[in-house]
Amino acid sequence: MASETAQGSFWMPPEASTFAGDVDALFDFIYWLNVFFFVAITGAVVYFAIKYRRKSDDQLATSQVGHNTLIEAAWTFIPLLIVIAIFVWGFRVFLNQSVAPDGAYEVKVTAKAYLWQYTYPNGAVTGELFVPEDTPVKLVMSSEDLLHSFFVPDFRVKSDVVPGRYTTVWFEAPDPGEHVVFCTEYCGAGHSGMMSKVIVLPKDEFQERLEKDFIDGDIPPAEMGAKLYTSAGCSACHSINGTRLVGPSWKGLFGTERKFADGSTAKVDENYLRESILQPMNKVVEGYPPSMPSYQGQLKDVQIDALIAYIKTLK
Amino acid sequence: MSSIVKHHVAHHFYDGHQESSSAKLGMWLFLVTEVLLFSGLFVAYTVIKTLNPEMWAEASKTLDVTLGTVNTIVLITSSFTVALAVRAAQTNKNGEKNKQIVGLLVFTIACAAAFMVVKYFEYSHKFHVGTLPGPFYSYEGLEGANPHLFYGVYFLMTGLHGIHVLIGMGVLTWITIRAAKGHFYEDYYTPVELGGLYWHLVDLIWIYLFPLLYLV
Amino acid sequence: MATTETLDHAQEVSYLGAKKGIMSWLVTIDHKRIGVMYLASVLATFTLGGILALLVRAELWAPNITTEAGEAVGALFSADVYNRLFTLHGLVMVFLFIIPSVPAAFGNFVLPLMIGAKDVAFPRLNLASYYVYVIGTVMALYATIAGGVDTGWTFYTPYSASVSGPVVMMVMAAFVLGFSSIFTGLNFIVTIHKMRAPGMTWQRLPLFLWAIYATSIIQVMATPVLGITLCLLAMERAMGVGIFDPALGGDPVLFQHFFWFYSHPAVYIMILPGMGIMSELVTVHARKTIFGYRAIALSSIAIAVISFLVWGHHMFVSGQSVYAGMIFSFLTFLVAIPSAIKVLNWVATLYGGSIQLNAPMLWAMSFLILFTIGGLTGIFLGTLATDVHLHDTYFVVAHFHYVMVGGTVVAFFGALHHWWPKMFGRMYNEFWANISAVLFFIGFNVTFFPQFIMGSQGMPRRYYNYVEEFEVFHKISTSGTWLIGLSFIIMAVYLIQSLRKGEKVSANPWGARSLEWATQSPPIEHNFHEIPTVTEGPYDFPKAGGKKAH
Ligand code: HEA
Ligand code: HEA
Ligand code: HEC
Ligand code: CUA
Ligand SMILES: [Cu+2]
Repeated sequence: MASETAQGSFWMPPEASTFAGDVDALFDFIYWLNVFFFVAITGAVVYFAIKYRRKSDDQLATSQVGHNTLIEAAWTFIPLLIVIAIFVWGFRVFLNQSVAPDGAYEVKVTAKAYLWQYTYPNGAVTGELFVPEDTPVKLVMSSEDLLHSFFVPDFRVKSDVVPGRYTTVWFEAPDPGEHVVFCTEYCGAGHSGMMSKVIVLPKDEFQERLEKDFIDGDIPPAEMGAKLYTSAGCSACHSINGTRLVGPSWKGLFGTERKFADGSTAKVDENYLRESILQPMNKVVEGYPPSMPSYQGQLKDVQIDALIAYIKTLK
Repeated sequence: MSSIVKHHVAHHFYDGHQESSSAKLGMWLFLVTEVLLFSGLFVAYTVIKTLNPEMWAEASKTLDVTLGTVNTIVLITSSFTVALAVRAAQTNKNGEKNKQIVGLLVFTIACAAAFMVVKYFEYSHKFHVGTLPGPFYSYEGLEGANPHLFYGVYFLMTGLHGIHVLIGMGVLTWITIRAAKGHFYEDYYTPVELGGLYWHLVDLIWIYLFPLLYLV
Repeated sequence: MATTETLDHAQEVSYLGAKKGIMSWLVTIDHKRIGVMYLASVLATFTLGGILALLVRAELWAPNITTEAGEAVGALFSADVYNRLFTLHGLVMVFLFIIPSVPAAFGNFVLPLMIGAKDVAFPRLNLASYYVYVIGTVMALYATIAGGVDTGWTFYTPYSASVSGPVVMMVMAAFVLGFSSIFTGLNFIVTIHKMRAPGMTWQRLPLFLWAIYATSIIQVMATPVLGITLCLLAMERAMGVGIFDPALGGDPVLFQHFFWFYSHPAVYIMILPGMGIMSELVTVHARKTIFGYRAIALSSIAIAVISFLVWGHHMFVSGQSVYAGMIFSFLTFLVAIPSAIKVLNWVATLYGGSIQLNAPMLWAMSFLILFTIGGLTGIFLGTLATDVHLHDTYFVVAHFHYVMVGGTVVAFFGALHHWWPKMFGRMYNEFWANISAVLFFIGFNVTFFPQFIMGSQGMPRRYYNYVEEFEVFHKISTSGTWLIGLSFIIMAVYLIQSLRKGEKVSANPWGARSLEWATQSPPIEHNFHEIPTVTEGPYDFPKAGGKKAH
């Protein structure tokens, strides 16, 4: 089962954090224990059903044994001992999962319907989580509205993100790579789109990109916009193919006339798009809920320009 | 008025004893559900109080302890009279105690009504000054954060209790009418007994509410 | 069997024919008729919940993606509609179907018969419980038509407190349904305590009734807490009281504690009656005395008690303290042991029996296999380290369908086939009944087994759309539902056929030993001509070559 750990197994995704292996070892133990009990029980049921099948209508049972203290005591106490062992093992791994080592690199995580936002010690803000390899990372998480839950399958890490309080998770990723983040606490229409990524970078590359606030200024604006569409979380609420999600689709948006909830109208141009991203409550499109979060302070000017450039390409 | 109407045991019971003991067990189980219903509110009370201790202490002082005490005495008295009514029914041989049962029950109902009147004055005072739950809160005399929570809990607890008092009054009235017709005597007094049990529960809950809300 | 009426009484007018006309049903206080009305109602709600499940699965057939050519494919419903569908599916299945299913339908019908009583202790309360159930159902359906709710069946705050829609109506429907459940439970406890026939000692009580008794205790003790929780939620929404709102000084996680304090015991309200059915099926259709009567009876009570102490295992990653997690995990394992005892005892009961592979036995064997899978996967979830990974993924969805559908629903259909001849005095087509049971078993595994794999691979639940790597699992899963649907269509056909043309049966077609088989099929209005005197246990079957006469 867990032999090809790096690629993941039939049951489990790749093991990409230091304690993923511990979790999987326990998973495997319970798994094989279950296989044993399952085979034993199913085997017995099938065997009895064949062996003691009723062949004539008046056939009676050949045994009427009603109890056997020894057997009954055995199958009370043996499972009890087994589950106590599982409990202790599970608790020890859990303690390790729960308590971050001292001096872990701390990133603040903010969840809101429906996006993830990561704030680094130097004040940089991103929509995808960048972390250095081989370094314990501690996430201090809080929600601005509903319950959400931060889940990275490859790390075996999950915790609810609660409004009005802080929860934490930690992990250490030994290798560079990309890992998907899911929201696993139901939070409404955008729940299944509330995804993000953890991007594990080599240590020096991480430092380098941190200094530039993770903005990749070298690529053309429309392409950067296309990346931001998913990485900043817009894709949770806006489609690019005309499907209606939480918000209006961006397909063919640029240049159209817009009608707003207060009855006013405007033409979709660069200024309108910019305003929609920074002060979405100013003009709420008719027929949509006023649920778009503001990106003030989160997206830098170059990024907004890039998004606008990208929206313009969507015909 | 001093005669009795014989009770007929329902068809699916062997005898009156099986019938009355079933009814009593059923009532006790029902009382368990009532206690558990309130227990949810007691948990909410504890959690909210622990989260906001200073605000709680301050807000709790705005309640009128005198009125609360009066109500407590009124309810304890009514508990006593309803117990006497049950006793009278148990020893009612040929209907000679019908009047006594009715009198005690009427007195109990009167106590319940008095309780509700006092509550009415307490509530209307709160509506007047605006010490109300959630967004309706408009009082300005309290400084702690979120005092409306105290009143949220206060109104939920006393409101649910008040509903129980009203239901109790209805039940006792029905029993009184039947008692007046001579339905209850030494061999059959189940409704009086069960009604009494219910009324004791209503009192008991108040005995907890009073110190928790007014005195703590 | 107990000494009671000789079975050669001429067939008399049964409870079905005792009174005529629709009114005679609507105002009946006969526990048998109330049981039949409940049976019809829960079959209807199961069909409704099942159709919703088919829609849920249909949406998940393919992920909602954009092709190279820019076309959107895969979306059958919008996220909003999907969220309403699965919420409603969960609510209907839990509150309208599974909680009332076994106790209110079969419990009502057979409980008084099994203990040799003429009726339950409070027949009017029984009828009231049915009508309260109907009112709750109508309220739930109204809330559905008035826009539906999309909170998930768990109603977690703050989402449920802030989202628009008729949430208050739905919450009140669940509140009202809770009363129905309390009434039934209370009635059964008193009936079992006070109405047993002479000689029907606690040690002779059929295990189905031990299970119903334990269930009733949970119903009476846990449901009021749900009631007050739902009231608090309704207040929160209607008046903004703020108890669950951190912005107003409340506690957002408190609701979860309240909810699971009821809903964990509720999962045992769901499974215990199914377990009780199992004890009847494996004995009667193997003509074998139960193995470990005492252990099975006491384990029901143990489950009922411990089940109140484990609710926190639904909240391991909710931010509760590590030590709370530790205690809840430990207690969760304790509550698994009584279930383990039962499963092993049923298997042991089959040893040396005379096993007839008829429809009830096929359902019973399905239970043994499917519930074992469901229960054993509960061990992964009760273990702290693995639950962190598995929580709120399809692994949990698969777990609870294996226990609720593979356990309770399977037992329910086993009971339906077992007591059908008693209830209606007619046999169903055995051949098609076997086909239906086998088809269900296959369809069920095809539907839910892949969900374990995609769950542990990381597929979160309550997603209307998903990343493409999970597509193959979802496709297999969705196709399985069609087999399940087919098996139920077959069942519906042969059961309706049986009602009209089925072969008439004798009082005791299975050769069972418990009292409900001692009166004619279908029973007369007052169950027995005279109250029977019980002299034997419910599982005293004769042994081959032994002296005991049949
Ligand atoms: C009928 C209903 C039912 C039953 C009987 C159970 C039975 C069990 N459940 Fe389940 N459960 C649910 C219905 C049920 N559950 C539902 C509906 C949810 C999700 C709700 C939601 O979130 O929407 C849930 C969720 C759930 C969780 C939370 C998961 C999460 O959200 O992260 C957990 C965690 O501990 C859990 C554990 C268990 C355990 C340990 C048992 C045990 O009682 C199982 C005991 C049985 C066995 C163990 C098998 C037989 C024994 C043997 C074959 C012998 C050998 C055994 C050993 C060596 C141990 N369940
Ligand atoms: C008793 C409870 C119960 C039952 C029986 C079922 C039965 C089924 N459930 Fe469900 N389910 C839940 C309780 C139940 N479920 C709960 C509590 C949730 C969580 C909700 C939430 O997250 O809030 C859930 C969630 C849930 C999900 C997850 C949704 C998500 O997270 O996004 C899925 C997905 O596959 C699913 C599928 C199914 C399927 C395919 C069946 C099938 O077994 C259904 C089979 C039935 C039929 C196909 C009916 C066919 C009938 C006929 C054709 C007529 C025959 C007529 C007669 C016999 C009279 N269920
Ligand atoms: C929580 C969901 C959500 C997220 C995430 C979101 N939006 Fe929106 N957006 C909406 C909704 C709802 C509307 C329509 C209501 C309104 O106009 O405010 C909207 C409207 C808009 C509009 C105006 C569109 C029109 O049709 O006139 C633009 C432009 C926009 N969003 C850009 C963005 C960008 C860029 C991002 C990501 C960086 C983003 N949105 C993320 C929900 C969201
Ligand atoms: Cu955020 Cu689900
Ligand atoms: Cu549980």
